[in-house]
Amino acid sequence: MLGLGLAPFAVPPAGAQAAPEPLQRRIASTGETIPAIGLGSWITFNVGNDPRARAQCTEVVRAFFADGGRLIDSSPMYGSSQPVIGQALASLGTPAALFSAEKVWTGSAARGPAQIEQSRAHWGVPRFDLLQVHNLLAWEEHLPMLQRMKAEGRLRYVGITTSEGRRHDELERLLRTQTLDFVQLTYNPLDREAELRLLPLARERGVAVIVNRTFREGQLTRALARHPLPGWAAEVGATSWAQLILKFVLAHPAVTCAIPATRQVAHVRENLAAARGPLPDAAQRERIARAIGAL
Amino acid sequence: MTEWLSYRPSDFLMFAPDTYWRLFELHNAAWWPLGLLANVLVLALALALWQGHEHAARPGMALMAALSALVAWGFVWRLYVPINWGAQALAGLYVLAALGWLMLNGTAGRARRSRAGTLLLLMASLSWPLLAPADARPIVQAEFIGLAPDPTALAGLGLLLHTRPASRAGRWLWWALLGLGVLACLVSATTLATMEQAQAFAPLAAAAIALGAAIRRRA
Repeated sequence: MLGLGLAPFAVPPAGAQAAPEPLQRRIASTGETIPAIGLGSWITFNVGNDPRARAQCTEVVRAFFADGGRLIDSSPMYGSSQPVIGQALASLGTPAALFSAEKVWTGSAARGPAQIEQSRAHWGVPRFDLLQVHNLLAWEEHLPMLQRMKAEGRLRYVGITTSEGRRHDELERLLRTQTLDFVQLTYNPLDREAELRLLPLARERGVAVIVNRTFREGQLTRALARHPLPGWAAEVGATSWAQLILKFVLAHPAVTCAIPATRQVAHVRENLAAARGPLPDAAQRERIARAIGAL
Repeated sequence: MTEWLSYRPSDFLMFAPDTYWRLFELHNAAWWPLGLLANVLVLALALALWQGHEHAARPGMALMAALSALVAWGFVWRLYVPINWGAQALAGLYVLAALGWLMLNGTAGRARRSRAGTLLLLMASLSWPLLAPADARPIVQAEFIGLAPDPTALAGLGLLLHTRPASRAGRWLWWALLGLGVLACLVSATTLATMEQAQAFAPLAAAAIALGAAIRRRA
């Protein structure tokens, strides 16, 4: 069955030390747990038909599963990301650990099922674990359709997404009025609006939270790379700015999973490592936000 | 409505700069040495037009029709659209340009001398392939006329400034082709600027040169 295996896909080579399992977080609606770091695909996996870049993406996915990752997120909006993910999964034999998170992204209710089927074909999976209404586009039509799919066993979880702080009022309304398993939103040390109402509300309503744009599409980590990592980052086990940001995000009790995107094996390993070791407490989180905000 | 105002061009950029530049590397390898040949032909066209050879205009228009169609299908549709769904419109723009060149060729226009036109033709054929190494990218990612959109648009604008339509319909076509070329340059400049690429200024400068020359000519 999809998404129920917890074991990492790849067996480390002989003599190599297997990385300890990353922090697991509970999906409130079922009690199932998933690793707190997932893999996004916005921009990074949209490499078209470039065989070299596709091979690079496959290596990222391989490393992701080898280090205990499970949730991969994509969307029909992301250009060639879906077929690139599909090619990577096929070459790895579609790891049993996979937790597939997709989206429906069309203003036409009639086109929704066909788009989902095309996405499924791109991924090469029998069904998706999670389907989300992308940026709340035509949610009135898509949500009932997704709930029907879930009731029929063709889908395990239903969610909604937004990004970069857009439509938070509507997101809040849907969190209050709809039955949802997941909500996806933007949250990082600089974009903290979700802390005010959405994250507490998601926790109260038992909705799992996926966090996107943790690095503001890389702008944040690129800007921070010019500055040395503060010595106190070691207190929370962070060895890079990226890990400090991810630890900040994961330390919020409402957050289930962050989905940083990358095309570099070293970065996917670094990201997953952020879900191991200590997380910052409230005071340390404020210190992280202040330090990054000041730079 | 107000939500749309919160979007920036970067929100629509779906690919990384290295992915974009790699498209040219793959395309050049697949079509080599067609790009080089097209650049040599356009360079020869520029010299002929500069020397006042009126008969050069019509073969030039036929060449531009073929090269615009090749860009639309070979590069934009096959390589660019898979990473940028918005590029379907750009493919349409180059198809329209190809048709426009064929129709303008049918109106039996004459060639004329144009310093701005020659400048644009030289920029397209000589300068554009050098932008890649100038920006510390490998030379195999150089942009050639007929393979890459920008130098093809530039060459089109340059040739356009060297032509004098003979009829009212030809004049309409002339302005339509100018509009398509300028639009292609603006789209490219916006994309490159959003990718924070230094060469974003180049298509913008080309559009300004073409527009300035066209307006001066009309005055």
